[in-house]
Amino acid sequence: MKMKLGTMAVAAVMAASPVMADLVFPSLSYRTGPYAAGGIPFADGYADYFNLLNARDGGIGGVMTSVPECETGYNTEKGVECYESTKGEGALVYQPLSTGITYQLIPKATADGIPIHSMGYGRTSAANGDVFSNVFNYPANYWNGASGAINYLMSQGDIAGKKIALVYHNSAYGKEPIRTLEELSKKHGFELTLLPVDHPGQEQKSQWLQIRREKPDNVIMYGWGVMNQVAVQEAANIRYPMEDFIGIWWSGSENDVLPAGDAANGYKALTFHGVGNDFPVFADIQKYVVDAGNAAGAGDQIGTVLYNRGLYAAMLAAEAAKTAQEIHGTADITAAMMRDGMEALEITEAKMAALGLPGFGPEFNVSCANHGGPGLVGMTQWDASAKTWSLINEFAPSDMDVIQPLIDEDSAAYAAENNIASNCK
Amino acid sequence: MFYREAGDFSTSYPEDSQTFPIRFDRYRYYLVLFVAIFVIPFTINDYWVNSIFLPFLIYAIAAIGLNILVGYCGQVSLGTGGFMAVGAYACYKLMTSFPEVSMLIHVLIAGLITAGVGVLFGLPSLRIKGFYLAVATLAAQFFLVWLFNRVPWFYNYSASGQISAPERTVFGIEITGPNTEAWATYLFCLAFVIFSAVIARNLTRGAFGRKWMAIRDMDIAAEIIGVNPLMAKLSAFAVSSFFIGISGALFFAVYLGAVEVGEAFGITKSFTVLFMIIIGGLGSIFGSFAGAAFLVVLPVVLKLVGVDWLGWPTDIVAHLQLVIVGALIVIFLIAEPHGLAQLWRVAKEKLRLWPFPH
Repeated sequence: MKMKLGTMAVAAVMAASPVMADLVFPSLSYRTGPYAAGGIPFADGYADYFNLLNARDGGIGGVMTSVPECETGYNTEKGVECYESTKGEGALVYQPLSTGITYQLIPKATADGIPIHSMGYGRTSAANGDVFSNVFNYPANYWNGASGAINYLMSQGDIAGKKIALVYHNSAYGKEPIRTLEELSKKHGFELTLLPVDHPGQEQKSQWLQIRREKPDNVIMYGWGVMNQVAVQEAANIRYPMEDFIGIWWSGSENDVLPAGDAANGYKALTFHGVGNDFPVFADIQKYVVDAGNAAGAGDQIGTVLYNRGLYAAMLAAEAAKTAQEIHGTADITAAMMRDGMEALEITEAKMAALGLPGFGPEFNVSCANHGGPGLVGMTQWDASAKTWSLINEFAPSDMDVIQPLIDEDSAAYAAENNIASNCK
Repeated sequence: MFYREAGDFSTSYPEDSQTFPIRFDRYRYYLVLFVAIFVIPFTINDYWVNSIFLPFLIYAIAAIGLNILVGYCGQVSLGTGGFMAVGAYACYKLMTSFPEVSMLIHVLIAGLITAGVGVLFGLPSLRIKGFYLAVATLAAQFFLVWLFNRVPWFYNYSASGQISAPERTVFGIEITGPNTEAWATYLFCLAFVIFSAVIARNLTRGAFGRKWMAIRDMDIAAEIIGVNPLMAKLSAFAVSSFFIGISGALFFAVYLGAVEVGEAFGITKSFTVLFMIIIGGLGSIFGSFAGAAFLVVLPVVLKLVGVDWLGWPTDIVAHLQLVIVGALIVIFLIAEPHGLAQLWRVAKEKLRLWPFPH
């Protein structure tokens, strides 16, 4: 039986090899399981943007792109399988959309010389490029998000002495902001309550009972997948004021608020990129991708928050590939060249406007020391009657005085644990 | 024709009581060992090791462990994931506390620690049986996962609660961490698989195994004929947990490299290993291997066929896999409750008579 499998696998690899000439951007997606509500739109946006580049511009720098998709189900074991099966095809960059898989891939991909872009997730201290040579998490990370939420609350009034509850996914992802929030609570004098929710997050009665009893002034949520919908519904059930309920960017999509209906009106979520489909690029997507019948998935996600995020991730990857092509003077780049391109990436307003995405995200530069970007965080609010998210607070800087020492400390610990020499000298 | 005893004479008791008394079977076993040790390591790459061989070998150890408890001793356990987590966290604490010690020793000690924990959670089995014991072990599963999530000492106070394996060596060869060679990790796990399988096989056909099976078949009768239920049940829990602990340690340190307890060692892990021994065959060492191979290889084959050949959408294939595994479990329970191991036994019997029908 094993021999048969062997020949089958060899045949499969042979069948897949003609695509090798393309620029390969593997999409470790998840369209099944409790996190599919978030995984599907992101994967659609990611695939559609590369499809658009192929159809409209003939790829990147004249080389076509390909986006092999591999289903991870948000599961680390399948993530490993997906990584191993796609890395041989000449993968340029991995975006696993899972903090757990990112943690797993950081040492592996670094050893293999393939960059990882964990945009707004993953290991926050990877922002220190001096230690994490192959990991990027621009333009914003979890700690920027935590600080952004607190900054927003401070702009609304004094928060000293107030009670803030953090409802979080009890995993590496949800635990990320705790240190930052603890530091911020010391600095600004608010009281922090931690309420973990276990995977997959359908069971939250006791957490919301506690919120009902303790009546915190604000609730911040780090949730994902089905947990978000349940939390918004539970908040509505105990009549918690939605204006005081703030989600991280992974808890702020249409899927999360629609099930609660009108009760979700006024729910807020952080973001690091634009919302809505009011950008010129969507006309191109309609023309070159949707009308051509090439839309990824069911094609019904276009313009949603997470679709836009997938689009944004693809756009940043494509721009980094262009930068890499310019630096190395070759159109057919390798993963190592891609890494250089990501490290030299510059996003300007002019560039974004030329791509049909004016004002979609902040302007930023990546450097060897800073793989994390500027950490600008905006705030969006849900309008249940119009069924739209709108940006209510422009992209604002987060408290790097608190975050930078935490990044330095955590990355230094990682460097010491794994004997990593400085990368930027 | 094959598997025939004819002309195969034993002239001493040890020869008569060896694991593979039939010569043909014995040579087949040596051939498998030879291929596994001397051929495969030279031909595999990262993909084969990380996608197929490592999960297969590691799950095989876990399945052997669970099979001793469920298949041989008849104590239903749903705590496999929790015990694997004990092995993983024990291994992590040992790796980070004693970096200069060989991984071989760490993994073995992790197994021993898990055996201790297993005995502790096996104590209720002296009073409760069947479904009630399943619920008690389920409690162990949830308690252990909660413990490793809750107490920062277990994950060395890291901000994310994840544990990641630092680089460690055996005889100067890297076994854990990102810079390992495919053959090294493969051989390391293979050594533990052979070690576990030989021990399990010899335990189960010796006095211990007979006591376990007596308890499984009828505990009151077993007690009357002189089997001490305390010793028999607790030894089954200890041995079973020892193997499960080893597999948990390897799963974390060698295979995944970074682990989050709720996700990697949740209740689904317990069920996966239980399905392996149900499909493979309860009360059979070969069944543990067959079940592990089946559940590890099946998703990969389905993915290769569905996504890479037929070009189906990834989500359809993922859903199809759930349907197929679910259907197979139902089919096996109805058509062949003794699992793949029984199919193998029947095949051997047929081969013995072949080419004659009777």
